[in-house]
Amino acid sequence: MKIAYYPGCSLHSTGIEYDLSGRRVCQDLDIELQELPDWTCCGASSAHVTDHVLALALPARNLALADDLGLDVTAPCAACYNRLQVTRHELAHDPKLRQEVEELLGRPYTGRAAVRSLVDLVASVGEEAVRQRTRRPLRGLKVAAYYGCLLVRPAGILQPDDPENPQGLDRILAAAGAEPVEWPFKTECCGASFALTDHTEVVTRLVAQLVDGAQAAGAEAIVTACPLCHSNLDMRQETAPGATPLPVYYFTELLGIAFGHSAAELGIGKHSIDGTQLLAQHGWSQAV
Amino acid sequence: MSAATELTRAWANGAGFVREVERLSGQKVASCYQCGKCTAGCPMAADMDVAPRQILRFLQLGLQEEALNNSTIWLCASCMTCVARCPREVDLPRIMDALRQIAVRRGRVKERRVYLFHRLFLAGVRRGGRLDELRLVLGYNLRSGQLFKDAAKAPALFLKGKIRVLPEKTSGAAEVQQIFARWEARKP
Repeated sequence: MKIAYYPGCSLHSTGIEYDLSGRRVCQDLDIELQELPDWTCCGASSAHVTDHVLALALPARNLALADDLGLDVTAPCAACYNRLQVTRHELAHDPKLRQEVEELLGRPYTGRAAVRSLVDLVASVGEEAVRQRTRRPLRGLKVAAYYGCLLVRPAGILQPDDPENPQGLDRILAAAGAEPVEWPFKTECCGASFALTDHTEVVTRLVAQLVDGAQAAGAEAIVTACPLCHSNLDMRQETAPGATPLPVYYFTELLGIAFGHSAAELGIGKHSIDGTQLLAQHGWSQAV
Repeated sequence: MSAATELTRAWANGAGFVREVERLSGQKVASCYQCGKCTAGCPMAADMDVAPRQILRFLQLGLQEEALNNSTIWLCASCMTCVARCPREVDLPRIMDALRQIAVRRGRVKERRVYLFHRLFLAGVRRGGRLDELRLVLGYNLRSGQLFKDAAKAPALFLKGKIRVLPEKTSGAAEVQQIFARWEARKP
């Protein structure tokens, strides 16, 4: 399978592990990624806060680039994925809006390229493919699969299997041998959009709630599919003296470990909270 | 003057404002029947000065000042939990966006630093086509008067190659600048 790849700004900086591990895992699963040439920022929250049409034009430019390649497009970042998918939906249902956006773009927009999240893309290859590719089953590793907001909402547009209790990420992790726990905070917000503002205290509270929830459910780690959730959970966890913080992984990092790659290849050493110790404890020390 | 006449006057003054909110957001404020589900599930509600449900009530009553001059519209994280749970399918985050846009136009921004963040974010995208996280954080800290916020986290991020010192270059930047220029030209 060949698909256009829209990394988004975070995957070239604070979310670089997601880029490294995502590319490796896709290669292993015979998914060929072709990075969109000259892709630009989707505008994220700041654009839709500012203006609806601008917020559609910035992602639409990237969708038009995928159109030019004649490929569907995948966005690993949940926020980018959300903006691309919402844009595609709005422009498909409102010809007047589409015309306005085309005027801003100065290029045609056809809406042919479909948008897939990386979770959805891996899931579509199938649990069986993940199982077959697994060289180092993640047996006994208890994980809390964290979807956050933008991968599942608005449900009417993104069409997740279940907006309050999605399963896609859990199934992929289980196929690699891990044990996803049942926990009630799968789709609760981590507050990442305020992480850099002076409302950091709100973010710390939301992160603590997620970490407590995951720990109460018996998880040894939280697994994300979003660079904003990851940065937030990895850098805004406040631990009581003597307590160990909960490692936070991208799902592609854990798949990469299961597929036989080393932690270094996958970028796991770049986390703020050490992610290698837990892997060593489970006996995958040759990976770290 | 009785409360009833005040509300009548509020509506007389505020009807145009409410129509503008409905136009910008694509939502009907009369759809809401004030069940409060949006507020019950809102992760930010505890930090807001007005409950999300009340924002809709203000709009139903035409109370412009109350709907605009609060921290709530700026603290909405657009997590969409309320949209997922609303029995009337009101997209409240879209209404929050509309109110922010009107508040900016009228110079009534209560959470100036949140607005500053969004402005700097878009200015960065406009400049380079892609977001330059380092310059965004430095610019924000400088202009919000908290120079050393999160400074302790910076050295490790540099060492791990997670912060780009030089902004990334893309030939798409020129096109993004044109998008912004055309968008600005059509603003009223």
